Amino acid sequence: MWDFLTFVFPYAITFTIPLLITSLGGLICERSGVVNIGLEGLMIIGSFASALTIFRLYPSLGGSAVWVGLIVAAVAGALFSMLHAFASISLNANQVISGTAINMMAGALTLYFARYITGSGNIHIISGLQRYTIPVLSKIPVIGKLFFTQTYTTTWLVLFLLLASWYLVYKTPFGLRLRASGEHPHAADSAGVNVRLVRYIAVMFSGAFAGLGGAIILVTYSGEFNGSVAGLGFLALAALIFGQWKPLGILGATFFFGFASTIANVSQVVPALDRVPGLILKAFPYVVTLLALIAFSKSSQAPRASGEPFEQGKR
Amino acid sequence: MKLKLPQIPRQITVSLIAVFMGLVGGAVFMISTGSNPFEGYNFLFRGGLMNIERIGNTLATATPLIFTGLSVAFAFKTGLFNIGASGQLLIGGLSATAIGLTVVLPKPLLLLLMIVAAIAGGALWGFVPGLLKALFNVHEVVATIMMNWLAYWVTYYTIPAYLKGEFMETESRRIPDIASLRVPWLTDLFHDSFINLGILMAVIVVLLIWVILNKTVLGYELKAAGFNRYAAEYAGMAVNRNIVLSMTIAGALAGLGGMALYAGYAVNIQIGILPNQGFDGIAVALLGANSPFGVLFAALFFGILHSGKGFMNAMTQIPPQIGDTIIAIILYFAATSVLIERFLDRIKKFFSNRTINRGGS
Repeated sequence: MWDFLTFVFPYAITFTIPLLITSLGGLICERSGVVNIGLEGLMIIGSFASALTIFRLYPSLGGSAVWVGLIVAAVAGALFSMLHAFASISLNANQVISGTAINMMAGALTLYFARYITGSGNIHIISGLQRYTIPVLSKIPVIGKLFFTQTYTTTWLVLFLLLASWYLVYKTPFGLRLRASGEHPHAADSAGVNVRLVRYIAVMFSGAFAGLGGAIILVTYSGEFNGSVAGLGFLALAALIFGQWKPLGILGATFFFGFASTIANVSQVVPALDRVPGLILKAFPYVVTLLALIAFSKSSQAPRASGEPFEQGKR
Repeated sequence: MKLKLPQIPRQITVSLIAVFMGLVGGAVFMISTGSNPFEGYNFLFRGGLMNIERIGNTLATATPLIFTGLSVAFAFKTGLFNIGASGQLLIGGLSATAIGLTVVLPKPLLLLLMIVAAIAGGALWGFVPGLLKALFNVHEVVATIMMNWLAYWVTYYTIPAYLKGEFMETESRRIPDIASLRVPWLTDLFHDSFINLGILMAVIVVLLIWVILNKTVLGYELKAAGFNRYAAEYAGMAVNRNIVLSMTIAGALAGLGGMALYAGYAVNIQIGILPNQGFDGIAVALLGANSPFGVLFAALFFGILHSGKGFMNAMTQIPPQIGDTIIAIILYFAATSVLIERFLDRIKKFFSNRTINRGGS
């Protein structure tokens, strides 16, 4: 059992991290009152932008091209998310339709350009990030073996961003305005908060974080852009709901989902786990999210104004 | 009378402008990759329409879109957003395929049984979100997204376990001719194309849905719930029952689309793909202004884009994904129709101001 855990843990964490950062972007966005189901598409944008950057820059920059790729992915995600922001904040469009359009556009456009650039729809990167073991911390009994061996720098970066986002949302004036815009935009407006600006910034965060999430998938475990992130954006959305729109909640939810998916994936390779039914493990996140929605239907922590356009005249 | 007249053309105008913007957007991307958009569109539309075989293929491509478009539009009429047409389509297709691969019956009976299975599978996938909405007020968008991925994983594990192909683990066995919606007379009529009985089913269902929505008490109640849920409740209508019913019917429609896709257009199901047709259905419904006949035309148009893109890709350097890009841009502009409406208002004002000025001076 212990051997199995130490074997699975690094994979589970690797799988969890892109989910976590994307879900965190969704959290900031929804807390401001904008529903973003375009996370999947924004992840694809990030994956594409980083793949292209690394593909082009690796010959001249070497290993640091990976980090340039991650930054470019975040910027590309933020820029692309402005389409969603413009539609849902400035034009009061239906946010679900706009998000769907983002998903479709991202999937099609990136493949379009990938095929134009490489001939096939795939962009293969020569090198991603390397795993390493943190010298002293890995010697700590139990947790050292689980958390500090075979780790990626991006894992720690994302955990830092989680902490920073928690601070931003709960401990700063901007965070207060953000939450007010999502709970009661008209009250926030009458207190002098520029609701539209706050929401624009929040959507930009979700774009940047989702883009980063897509790029992290590429540089850690996939190594290749292929025009899809296989529903991880939607899984991040499920984690956001299951985590009840709270930073610690989504940390727990994404790890829970990441662990289940990882066991399902390795069960095909590890003979002892052959009996574990993959379907139950893979379907588990979606089922528990539906159950959570039922259980919390009376006391949901969802931002009250999420999904509703802000119309200044309507009080 | 005067109030109603400008309303209908306006919806059509907005849809046409959205289509125009989609084509312009596509042209911009063609130019950005160094291709000539006029040449591109020429081959795109010729690829969809240039001979009877290609028209048949276009109709076959449009068939699942008619079903998913109707599914989304029907739920919209009750004020529900069915983003789960993809999952419903997949489960409907899986159910029909399972019957088609295992049951031995004469063709008409087998097809009938497959239709029932497709309806049942899709309906179940629509019923669950409907029930959750009615009982617990769970938002149907979130619920249908979860159902999409449940469908994805159910298919992912069911096909290799029970229906796997002879050579590939990742796709179902080829469906036998006896269980396919393709029939010789239709295939011959359209010179060996993919066209199948699905298109006839789709046209019948379009008419049926039009009748339900416009000529029956049920349709009236569904639309009433969509306009104002509380008013409908106050008038004594069973709104909760209608929500469940609406989602179930929407699911059944998408399920039928799955049969048309996997046992008509295609010959098997591949795993690891959440079919795009469900999301295209949202664009189809919006472009068709949620009316059954509008959906029919919008689906046919998207059918041309999808079936012509392969030919365009063969004749030019333009990757086929331009078709999906155009559809996504159209969806974006349909969603932001406010922008188009403002633009139309401005034009109207411009012209009316001009006439006033001319009259005044």
